[in-house]
This record gives sequence, structure tokens and C-alpha cells, in this order.
Amino acid sequence: MTEKSTATEPSGPAGTPPGRARLSPRKKQQISRAVQYVVLVAVVVFLVLRIDWGGLAQNFAKPEVAAETWPEVFTVALKNTIIYSVGGFVFAFLFGLIFALMRLSSVLPYRWIAIAYIEIFRGLPALLIFLFILFLPLALRGFEVPGGTYGQGILGLTIVGSAYMAETLRAGLQAVPKGQMEAARSLGMSHSRAMISIVIPQAVRIVIPPTTNQFVSLLKDSSLVLFLGVTSEYVELTKFGNDLASTFSNATPILVVGVTYLLVTIPLGYLASRLEKRQGRGR
Amino acid sequence: MATPAKEAKAVTPAAHAVEIRNLHKHFGKLEVLKGIDFAVDPGQVVCVIGPSGSGKSTLLRCVNLLEQPTSGRVVLEGVELTDPDVDIDAARRRVGMVFQQFNLFPHMTVLQNVVIAQRRVLGRSAAEARRIARENLEKVGVAAKADAYPAQLSGGQQQRVAIARALAMNPALMLFDEPTSALDPELVGDVLTVMRKLAEEGMTMLVVTHEMAFARDVADRVVFMDGGVIVEDGPAAQVIGAPRHERTKSFLRRVLDPTHTDV
Repeated sequence: MTEKSTATEPSGPAGTPPGRARLSPRKKQQISRAVQYVVLVAVVVFLVLRIDWGGLAQNFAKPEVAAETWPEVFTVALKNTIIYSVGGFVFAFLFGLIFALMRLSSVLPYRWIAIAYIEIFRGLPALLIFLFILFLPLALRGFEVPGGTYGQGILGLTIVGSAYMAETLRAGLQAVPKGQMEAARSLGMSHSRAMISIVIPQAVRIVIPPTTNQFVSLLKDSSLVLFLGVTSEYVELTKFGNDLASTFSNATPILVVGVTYLLVTIPLGYLASRLEKRQGRGR
Repeated sequence: MATPAKEAKAVTPAAHAVEIRNLHKHFGKLEVLKGIDFAVDPGQVVCVIGPSGSGKSTLLRCVNLLEQPTSGRVVLEGVELTDPDVDIDAARRRVGMVFQQFNLFPHMTVLQNVVIAQRRVLGRSAAEARRIARENLEKVGVAAKADAYPAQLSGGQQQRVAIARALAMNPALMLFDEPTSALDPELVGDVLTVMRKLAEEGMTMLVVTHEMAFARDVADRVVFMDGGVIVEDGPAAQVIGAPRHERTKSFLRRVLDPTHTDV
């Protein structure tokens, strides 16, 4: 960038007659691009020469350690990650829908409760909520989250997810044209019948793409189950990777786990944008 | 639930299909309807005409209580809809409504659009509801599109499906809120033909429209509204052919000849 500006400084303003111009705009563009390539090559050469590739491979991609993660990385860790996040997603969707309907209710206290819930739990770090769940049995003597460790993880994700889901679903419900409710009511449907048969199905269709993204985000948040202090059969990907990394004093399991996350999140992200495009065309 | 009692309480033996008495409607400070009185008799076709903002659509929407009137009475087949104890859902079953924007349910096929309320509201069996749906789609000339989704239909076809959807509920009264205003000009005729056929079959219809030819040919009565009041109400030939009031005359001049500019 600096080279570029020094090089172009002496040139006259754009539109100077060809004879006097030192650098045409096209020439300037070529130089700029060449400089960018030079910088890139320099950085790559520097990294290749300076980094201890052998040591790096020993620490992050050691085949023997990677083999140790097999097959539990899929049969236990990924399975549990999916249990936590699908469970959290299902309940987050249900409670999110309830909060969205409360948020749009004509009963004022319902609106207050929904707004308070949404604002509080969207404003808190997810980790804080998991720590809170961890300390729940201390606060409420004899209280236990139903479903044990799975229940705790799912509860945490539900609390976080439902706040976001409520806002998404509210937007979806409001995006359904007023005429739909009017048409349903003028056919003699009650308000709730019209909501169930006409408005909610359309709202759900509208929110499928953003909801897919929310599922990805819940899947990533399921790593916070790590802080619930779960044991062997309940570990999800992050905890699994962390434990094995400690055992072998080697970071390879973390890399393996990272790749496993991407195997799920990248296709889902792609699916979400496909759905978004399709919806854009549909309407 | 309260309907049988209400029907028993009916004051007059339903001489009118719908009767409106001293109807007022405010939107905040704006008074849109300033005391409307009129009635539609069974089998009558009444067209409501008037400039935009005159309150015609609001009046129509008050008839099935999509808008809650501020004061006044709406009596449908002897049942007072404005009575807070009346089961409004039950009353609405007797009134079909066709909207300017069609308002078909986009997530359902044409057939499902016509079936859903028959099933959920009238409790008809799936087979019966489908049979009645097909009959009505046949009647409006879109039976071939039964399995298509609304988005795949032209505006004229969508509006005819909307008419079939309302007819499938066996309404005693059909309300049309500018049913052809959102249509491309070449599609208006199909919808008007269906409405004309309905009128010939003796359906009671209240139609808000800008189609003067339709009003003149089909309507038994034409009501001219302006500024939230009924200015003129009489036989179609008289209100459109020989209006008495200056406001009606100037409105008709503007509608029938858009290049004409007077006040």
C-alpha cells in the first residue's frame, strides 16, 4: 500500500493527456495487484522457513493419537453433541414459540414476562447460564434437573436458545400478512384455530433459514456442557477432545474434534443459505 | 354456544339478510363511518360505490365484524352481531368474504384452501369437504387447478378460488371488497362473470366495487357513499343513470370519464 502511494504520487490528476501521464489507472491497478502478491509470497516464505513443522505435526496431527480418538469421537462424543443440541433445539423451539406468542399477546403481563425473559437471557453469556445450572442443586435443596446430565445440558441450551428463538419466531409471526388472519376469521375460524392452521405454519416456513443458523449456534454452545463436569458416557465433542488432549499431552484430539464440528456445521450453514435463496425466489 | 338462544331471541323473523342501524366507526380521532343505515334483503345484490376513503370498505368489514363498530347495530338474519354475547365465529360462518388481495393460504393447495374451514369449522368429513370443494371449484372454473398452489395461479384464478372457498361454507350472504381492483384488466372479466352467475342464482351479495358496468347491470340497488355517510341509495338504473345528488353526479362523471376534471 505504501509503495503504491509513493509510486502514484507524482502522477497528474486523472484525465491528464496520455503523453504526460506517468501511470494510467490501469497501470496503477496492475502495480497494486503485484504488490499484494509480493506481500503474500513473502509471508508464506517466512512462515514455511520459521515454523517448526515437525514439532507442529507432532503436537496437532499425530496419527497415533488421532487413532486413539477412533471410534469414540463419533460413537460417543458426536452422538452426545447431537443429543444435547437437538434436545436443546426442540425445547428452545417450543418455548421460543410460547414466548413469541406471549410477546404478541394482548394480555399486558404476558408481554412483560416475555420481554423480560428475552432481554435477560439474550443479554447473558451462555457460560454463565451453565454455571447457574451447575449451582442450582445448591440453591434449591433436593432439586435435580430431570434427565440427569443430558437434562442439565439440554436445559442450559433451552434457556439460551429459547430467548433467541422467541425473537426469530416473533418476527416470523409478524411477517405473515394480516389478511391471512382476516381470511381465516371470516371463514368462521376462532383466533386460536386460525393461529394453529394458518398463521403459525406460515411463520415457521419463514423462519426455517434463520432457525437453521440458530441450530448451528446451539450446536457450538453445546461445548459449554464441558463446565457441567460430565463424565465418560455423557461427554460431548469439546470435553472429549479436551480430556484426550490432557491424557496424551498432545493437541491432536482437539484438531480431530474441530474437524468433526465442521463436518456438521459447514453443511448446515450451506443448507441454511440454500433455503434462504429458495425462499427469496418463492415469494 | 350461545347461538341457539340468540337465534330464538331474534326480534324480527329475519326479514332482512343484513340490517345496519346507525353505524359509527372511529379510527382514533378519525370518524370513518358517520351513522350508516341500510339493509340488504335476501337475494338482493347491493353494490356500494364511492370515492376512496369514503368508508365503503370499512362498512363492509363491519358487517362481519373484522372491524368492531364504535357504535350502532349490525343484525345478520335477525341475530345482532354487535351484541357482545353473540358467538361471532358462528355468525361469520354465515357470511362469506372475498378480499381485494385474495388472501388465499399460500402454504396449502387450492383444494386444501377450500377444504380447511369446512373440516375445522363445520366439521364435515374429509370426503364430503373435498366433494363440496370440487363442486365449487368447478363452478368458478378452476377445478383443473385443484392441486396447484396459489402462487402458481393468475390473480383472476386466485380470486375465483377465494370465491369458491367462501361458497363452500354455504353462506347466506357474500361480501366482496373490491374483488377486481388488484387484477390485471384482462382478468377482471372472469371474476365478474362468476359474480354475475352467483347473482343470477339468487345469492345475497354486498359488493364494494369500482366496476360501474357491473353495478349497473347486476345490482338490484346501488349505494353511493362519500365522507362516511350514504349519500344516495336506490335502484341501480336510477343511482348510476340518473343520480339526484350533486356529489353522486360529480363522482360518476369522474369515474366514467377519467379525463373529466371538475369538482
